[in-house]
Amino acid sequence: MPSSVAFAMEGPAGRKPQHLSPARIGIYAFLVIAALFFLLPLYVMIVTSLKSMPEIRQGNIFAFPQVWTGEAWVQAWSTACTGLECGGISVGFWNSVKILIPSMILSIFISSLTGYALSFWRVRGANVLFAVLLLGAFIPYQVFIYPLVLIYRGVGIYSTLPCIIITHTVFGLPVLTLLFRNYYSSLPMELFKAARVDGAGLWQIFFRLMIPMSIPILVVAAILQVTGIWNDFLFGVVFAGRENFPMTVQLNNIVNSTQGEKLYNVNMAATILTALVPLIVYFGSGRWFVRGITAGAVKG
Amino acid sequence: MSTPETAAGTIAGTGAGTTATRKKRHLSAYVALFPAFIIVLLAYVVTVIWNIWISFTDSKVLPVNIFVGTKQYERLFTTARWILSLQNVVLFGILFIAGCLILGFLLAVALDQKVRFENTFRTIFLYPFAMSFIVTGLVWQWIMNPTLGLQKVADSIGFTWIRFDWIVQSNLALYVIVLAGIWQSSGLVMAIMLAGLRGVDRELWKATRIDGIPAWRVYLHIVIPILRPTIITASVLLAIAVVRVYELVLATTGGGPGISTEVPGKFIMDYLFGRGNIGLATGASTVMFITVVILVTPWLYYEYFREKPRGN
Repeated sequence: MPSSVAFAMEGPAGRKPQHLSPARIGIYAFLVIAALFFLLPLYVMIVTSLKSMPEIRQGNIFAFPQVWTGEAWVQAWSTACTGLECGGISVGFWNSVKILIPSMILSIFISSLTGYALSFWRVRGANVLFAVLLLGAFIPYQVFIYPLVLIYRGVGIYSTLPCIIITHTVFGLPVLTLLFRNYYSSLPMELFKAARVDGAGLWQIFFRLMIPMSIPILVVAAILQVTGIWNDFLFGVVFAGRENFPMTVQLNNIVNSTQGEKLYNVNMAATILTALVPLIVYFGSGRWFVRGITAGAVKG
Repeated sequence: MSTPETAAGTIAGTGAGTTATRKKRHLSAYVALFPAFIIVLLAYVVTVIWNIWISFTDSKVLPVNIFVGTKQYERLFTTARWILSLQNVVLFGILFIAGCLILGFLLAVALDQKVRFENTFRTIFLYPFAMSFIVTGLVWQWIMNPTLGLQKVADSIGFTWIRFDWIVQSNLALYVIVLAGIWQSSGLVMAIMLAGLRGVDRELWKATRIDGIPAWRVYLHIVIPILRPTIITASVLLAIAVVRVYELVLATTGGGPGISTEVPGKFIMDYLFGRGNIGLATGASTVMFITVVILVTPWLYYEYFREKPRGN
């Protein structure tokens, strides 16, 4: 409630500095300064992407564009050079889409099935499986990468689309399984037993009872996976292969390419374009995003 | 919300007990767990063991099976670049975790004071977390650009004595990465802490108010202890990011100037795929693996296996 009222009523007399106005002002000042710190990079990105190169070279990075131009955006999308090819970031965008959709479906399917089996169908060895999965969520990816390259090479799928899709499924498994297991553990066991008594088997219960009941957690898992897979760089650069490089890899190649003049406006437009999908998910899903990251923010 | 039609016919009958049905039930459970089992076995267990094995071989550009004992480890710990990367990751870790925890906590506390526009502020503080480390790194690289970024702004208003060219100073570049990391991740801490603060009993606040205890003392001596599990969760999440840190460094400084911002994650990637020294790189990743297992296992045990299984 309005603190100024409390202040006026209490007066400065007593030694009770609970809701004094200066404290409130301090809190707002802190929040506003913090907000500026968080917004500054976004502002600089947008402003830079709308300037021309001569203007960037003269002006300061915080200044508004004198002449607004969307040219950098067009270039970033369709003609910017990543190494030798100059097809713009759009190539990476579609690659990311091609990687994202199957990875997401596959990882969510396997993880929800595993979480369900772990929480309702306790079989021997399940605890060991769960323990290894949990530990796997924390181990740095660099430990797995090289042997995985050898395995993929052995099977003959290294540097292909299936390779990167499998990789995302593999490394999404720990967090998502934990997410689904915890969710299913919170459902009443009676419900499950009732279905058992009715003669439903494992698969029937999964598809007809659990999946419909787990819509909220499926949404959370989908948010986690969209942002996680879209933002991935490491797996993309190692496993996807040159023609399937996701957007993050292409972006890094565009910006950190050593040849030629650095087109900062194009770079910033490409950066915004790459950040756009997770940002849309973030702004579009609101509280669901927070729920998602607090439920399973192990990815990063 | 669709409640299953199966629940309708529930009249307590105990049937599922014969050994035949139990066997069948176990079989389908094993089938359901099979994909996860294969993934865990091949992608987690076999790879880790294989990785450790390679680190004991003489592998260079290609993996070979010539056992050389701890030679790679001896080389690793006499490689200046690796030692530097360890020092960097420790310094980065301390500053990044402390920075995120402090800023995140302060933001959460401030937002918890019934402020106006709470949702707007929260959205602003958390949005960087939706962005990748690559994007974060590139943005800060641009702001810290020594000739066109903050430095130029400072110069143009006459503050030429202010140096914002940290990113090209080998002893300061790491702080740019810390700053970028805090910018990206402190919103996460804010969100987790805010949820924790909202869980603190309202009666507690009333009681302390009646007793006239100043708010900062309540936070320091009562609220922070209550939030301990929340703080631990946030710290673990941040610590994982520290151990894995690679993309942020790559995009912000590329490990430079020179090798001054090298970190283990990047060291391993460079030696695996760029410099063709697989034995050394797998040795380095084995060191990371052992460190993480030692740090994480007690916490995992405490969190998930010590308590009695619930809902059973």
